Order: sequence, then C-alpha cells, then structure tokens
Amino acid sequence: MTAPAANVTPATKLTVRDLTVYYGEKKGVGPVTMDIAEKHVTAFIGPSGCGKSTFLRSLNRMNELIPSCRITGEVKLDGDTIYGPGVDAVSVRRRIGMVFQRSNPFPKSISENVAYGLRIGGLKDEREIAMRVERALQHAALWDEVKDRLNDNALGMSGGQQQRLCIARALAVEPEVLLMDEPASALDPIATAHIEELINEISSDYTVVIVTHNMQQAARVADYTAFFYMGELVEFDRTDVLFTKPSNQRTEDYITGRFG
Amino acid sequence: MRTVTSREHTNREYEQELRRLREQLLLMGAKVEEMIRGSIRALVERETAVAEQMIAFDKKINQLELEIDELCMQILARRQPVASDLRFITMALKLVTDLERIGDLGVNICERVVELNAEPPLKPYVDMPNMAREVQEMLHEALDAFVAADADRAQRVIVRDRNVDAYYQQIFRELLTYMMEDPRNIFRATRLQSIAKYLERIGDHVTNLGEMVVFMVKGKDIRHGGRQLE
Amino acid sequence: MSVGAAAAKPAKLPARDFGRTVGNRLGDAAMALSSGLAAALVLAILAVILFDVIKNGVGHLSMTFLTQAPKEGMTAGGIFPAIVGMVEMVVLMTVAGVPVGVATAIYLHEYAPASARLTRLIRIAVANLAGVPSIVFGLFGLGFFVQFLGAGIDKVFFHGDKVYGQPALIWAALTMAVLTLPVVIVATEEALRAVPNELREASLALGATKFQTVIHVVVPQASAGILTGMILAVSRGAGEVAPILFTGAAYFLPHLPKGLSSQFMTPSYHVYVLATQSPDVDATKPILYTTVLVLLALTFVLNIAAIVVRARMRRQSGLAH
Repeated sequence: MTAPAANVTPATKLTVRDLTVYYGEKKGVGPVTMDIAEKHVTAFIGPSGCGKSTFLRSLNRMNELIPSCRITGEVKLDGDTIYGPGVDAVSVRRRIGMVFQRSNPFPKSISENVAYGLRIGGLKDEREIAMRVERALQHAALWDEVKDRLNDNALGMSGGQQQRLCIARALAVEPEVLLMDEPASALDPIATAHIEELINEISSDYTVVIVTHNMQQAARVADYTAFFYMGELVEFDRTDVLFTKPSNQRTEDYITGRFG
Repeated sequence: MRTVTSREHTNREYEQELRRLREQLLLMGAKVEEMIRGSIRALVERETAVAEQMIAFDKKINQLELEIDELCMQILARRQPVASDLRFITMALKLVTDLERIGDLGVNICERVVELNAEPPLKPYVDMPNMAREVQEMLHEALDAFVAADADRAQRVIVRDRNVDAYYQQIFRELLTYMMEDPRNIFRATRLQSIAKYLERIGDHVTNLGEMVVFMVKGKDIRHGGRQLE
Repeated sequence: MSVGAAAAKPAKLPARDFGRTVGNRLGDAAMALSSGLAAALVLAILAVILFDVIKNGVGHLSMTFLTQAPKEGMTAGGIFPAIVGMVEMVVLMTVAGVPVGVATAIYLHEYAPASARLTRLIRIAVANLAGVPSIVFGLFGLGFFVQFLGAGIDKVFFHGDKVYGQPALIWAALTMAVLTLPVVIVATEEALRAVPNELREASLALGATKFQTVIHVVVPQASAGILTGMILAVSRGAGEVAPILFTGAAYFLPHLPKGLSSQFMTPSYHVYVLATQSPDVDATKPILYTTVLVLLALTFVLNIAAIVVRARMRRQSGLAH
C-alpha cells in the first residue's frame, strides 16, 4: 500500500512485488509488496530479528553473499528489474549504494576511501576524481573537517566521522538510492544527530531507505515508515500517520511500547 | 475500565501515569457535573446558600486543571507518547480546558441566581430545568463515552446539541415577550436569559468533548465539519 | 572456642576461602613451578646449542670466510659458493612457489564454497603435504622433475644430451617450492581470514566485483601476513637438506652455478659434507662450526623478521575496530 503525501503522490523509485527471502528452507522475510518513494526517506522499524535488515539487503542484492540465500519475487528500480537472469549484481550496486551499521572505512587515506568506488568503476582522470571526492565529502558534511588532511589514514577519525566518511564514499559514485542499515546505532547522541541531519539534507537528491531499531529516529527522519514483525510487513504508511493513528493493532502495540 | 487498547505498557510506571491521568479527568468531569446540578438546583429551589457553595466549589475544579496539565507535561516530556497514547494526552489537555470553562460557566450561573433570588420569581421555571437536564445528560454521556472509548456514543452526544439550541431559542423568545410586556421584568428576564445562554455555551463545550473523544478513539478529526487537509 | 583456649592463642578469624583448601593452593604453586621449569629447560637447551656453536664458530667467522671458496679439500677457505647457491635456489623457489601458494589460499578462502567436495579435497591435500617427510620430497623431485620432466626436455630440446635430466638448480628449487607450499598457503589463509568481512562488504556494496575486492582491498590488507608466510618459507628452504640431496645439491663445485641446469652448493648440505666426508676432521671442525653459525644466524634473522612483520600486522588491524 502506497501512502500518498498530502494531495501529492511522489514518484516511485523502487517497486517491490512479493519479495520473499529464504535461508535454505527457512523463510527470512516476506512476501513484501511496497513502493518506495523517490527522493524521500523510508524507514523500516521492528524488533530484532523481524527481517527488516534482511529485506533491506535484498534491495541491492547483498543477500547473495550468503550461500544458502534464495530470493523469489521482484524488485524494480525505475522499471528495471534487479533480479532478472543476466542482470549483473555489480551494476545494481552501482545504482543502489549501502552504508552499514558499523563504519567500515578501508585502511587507506581519507581521499582514497572516497575515491575507491570511482577508481574501480574505471574513472582515471585524477582531476575529476578529486572534484568528485570533494563534492561527496561536502554532501556528507565532512569537507570542512578533513579538507586539510585528506591524506591522513581514515582509521584515525572518530566513530561519527568514520560513518560520515562511509556515507561520502557511498555518495561519491552517485547512486540513485542509498540504503542505510542502522547507520547511527553505534554512535553517541550528538554524532547521531549529525547523521540524521545529513539524511535530511541528502534526501532531496537521493532516495534513502533506512533500517533503524530506534522508533524515535524513524519518527524524526523518515517520510514513510514500514513496520516489520516476525518476518512480515505489517504496516506501511506515511510516518505521521503511522505514529499518530496506525491502522494495525500490532503496530499500535509495538510503537506505544506495549510489547517487544 | 475498557481502554483503547487492552494490552498494558511494558513500562509499569508509564501505565500507572496514564491510569492516574484517566482517573483525574473523570474526577474533574464528575465535579463539573455536580457544579451544573447544584447551580440549577439553586435556581429552581431559590437556594442562595447552594449557589454560594457552588461558587466556592469551582476552586477545586481549577485545582484539578492545574494538576492534570502538569501530569500531561510530564508524560510528554518523559515518555514520548505515540499513536493512541499521543492522542489521549493531547486530547486530555484540551478536555481539561473545556471542563474548566464549563465550571466557570457554572459559576456565572450561580452569580445570576444570587441576583435573581433577591427578587420574587418571574415565572415558573419549566424549560430551564429541562434544558439544564439535557446539558447534564450530555455531559454525563460524553464522559461515559470517554471511559468506554465509544465513538458512536460520543457522536450521539454531539447530535443532541441541537436540542439544547432549540431550548435556548424557545426560552429567549418567551423572555422577550415578558420584557416587552412589562419593563419591570427586564432585570429578571435578562438574568434568566444570561443563564440560558450559559447553558447553551455549556452545551457547545460538551459537544467539543464529544468531538475529542471521537478523535481519541478513531484518530479522525471531526471538528469544524470534519474537513481535513488530507 | 572456650575462653581458656582463646587466651592461649591469638584469636583467629574463621577461614572464609569459599572452599579453597590448602591442597588447592599447593596445586597452584606446583603448576606455576613446573611450567616455569619447563620453559627454563627449553631456554637452557637453546642456550647450550647457541653457546657451543658461538664459542667454536665465531673464531673463524670473517668477511673472507664469507667471500672465499673452499680450498684444499674443504680444510681451508670459505663458503662463498654455498651462500650464492643458497640465495639462487631460494629466489627461484620463492618465485615458483609463493604465487601458486597465495593463489591457492585466495581460491580456498575467497572463492571456494566452504562445503564443496573439491574444497575439502584441497584442504586435505594441503594438510597431508605438510606432513610428508622431506626425504620423500627429495625422491619425488628426483623421480618427477629430474627423471621425467628433465629427461623429457632433454629429448625434445637437446636431442638426448643430458642437460636437464640430471640434478639441477631448477629442479631443486621446484622441489623446495612444493615442500614449502603448505607453509605459504596456511600463512596466507590466516592473513586472509584476519581481514574483516566488513571491508569486503563495503567494497562489494560500492559496485566492485569480487576480483576487484580481492585485489584492491583484501590482499593489500593481508599483505603483511602473506609476507610472513613467504619469510617462513624462505627460512625453511634455506635449511632443508633432504629434498635437495638428489635434485641439485653438489658436494663440491669448482665454479659458481652457471644456469638453471647447473648444480649448486648450499650451507646446509655443506655442513653434512664437512661433518661426514672430511679427510681431516680437526682442520674442518672450525669451518664446520662457523658454517653452522652462519646457518643459524640466517634462520634466526628470518624468523625474527617474520615475527616483527606479523606483530606490525596485528597492530595495524587492531586500529580497525
């Protein structure tokens, strides 16, 4: 069910139809059907083990790294199917980027981290690389802090900075969609606030999908929220609607703290 | 007491705070009912002592308003309520305002009663007590609907306001004729007309209560004709 | 406790050791003592060996010793050709063996499905290879490299002349490469395993292929460990005798190895030769000791280098969470 914004239905970036993820014989999550709005923030919430991260990873085919994983159903990015026979996972991931729960910068310099995606994509022009690195770092609100030490090792940065670096690294390849798997859960409240502000800013240019176990974060950051429980999508609606008058009793119980 | 959701909060303190809030609201509602009853009794039975008692009684109602507001603030600050809890808290704040206004109107009625009792009665009171009873019953029904989380019941209360308005028109017309007949009636007639006006406004406030109960239960804002921006 | 008894002894607090008995505490002490003794014993043995060697060998050690050829039937002179031979053999062995070992480890860790039969087969093969006695490697080298490959090359390229069908530098190096393969594979796999999976995920999520991820992220991160493996392999290769006995080592050569098909001298074999084939035991004894000293020193330096590299690698990956 797509939730329209006030009188305006945003364009759909990702359409998901009956997507189910299996690990061997066991069902991880699904079937899920939803439309993810373009240039908006969509959040997935739910208790641990409800399948929200599994579902997120199936949007950029990262689940394939697990050998026993099997996926049925369909995901389309702007009408292009992601799981078709002959569709290369690598090309999918160039259009759909991902930021992880624990920041994972490469043990390289700051600028080399951000440039990594560009270089392996085949870009050779050093000037262009430098320009795009700067742009990505500015998008990630990190440029001013690191512009004088681009050659320093990335591992010397604080946790919050490292996570913003990972975001810059993901943005450098200019994906259309950015998936974020609990990006702030390892950070202190101030660093978290920075990340949330960043999400607000980039959502005007990118479609953002964020998994969070912190409901208040979803309430603050997301335009649309989906509630998952025990491997099922329970409710999907505009955030303000879901948090003031959810239509499903399970959603109501979860977000008011009546269980889980 | 049936509530919007039958399950309890994982956090027991939170659950208790909500329960206390509910209790305080009902207490305030009961006191306001008493206020209306007492003020009409003072009118019909010409008991100035009762009127004066009721005026003093308003202090308790105001005290409850302060307590409930404080309780709501605390819950908002500490619990970040969402969904049904959020609707409940925000409506509680508004309910309290309406109840307090009803209490003030009760005081106003009593003040007019005191003035009237200094003079001989103008006419037998028939419509006024009926109007008052209608309003009382509406308030009682609204509070019951709140307790039972019954939106349909609240809806019916809202509809009854028509009767209250009809009573007012009738009383006003009658008093008008009295005033036109004899200028000596004017003082008492205007006082009576004021009382009727107060009762009519109490009816409006009770209607507000009903609309809030509907919002709390259903999440649908039906105020001002129910036209929403969605 | 009666008052009278309390007056005789100072009052003692009741023991509150939660069940610890004297026996337990004695056990602790005995354990500490015996393990300390064992460690001291190991150090003592090492010290005895070193002391003996250093005492008897350092006298003869000099620059000339290292740069001169043996003279007068090994009773005088130096070990220069042996050093050269060892260096050449080790270089060839590394060039031949390390890439194969590293590639195998990369396949096993990054590409092979963990439960597939082939994967398990390869791992079993590697484990067994590590356990094969080195003399067996020597025989393998003789039979396969020298007599089969070498003879075959001779027939095709040299019209039956005996060029490669005999003990040669290349065959010894290849034999040693096979012997040290398990060392390289295991060390490389350990290094690959130490690379956190999050880095691989980060790379893949940016649209890199698995190959790009391995080349640009995993291997650079694991390079210290791979280097360790290489150093350990070199250390092993420098000291082994049995595999090169039939495949390339020579008792005495009047000249340095001329090419891949030449035989060569090496310090480890030289020690055996000096100890068993010497015409004049007293004259060769100091040379023997000095050669052993050189060999030991080399082994130590290589092993310490491996430890240092490994420690630095651990420190670096400690930075990344």
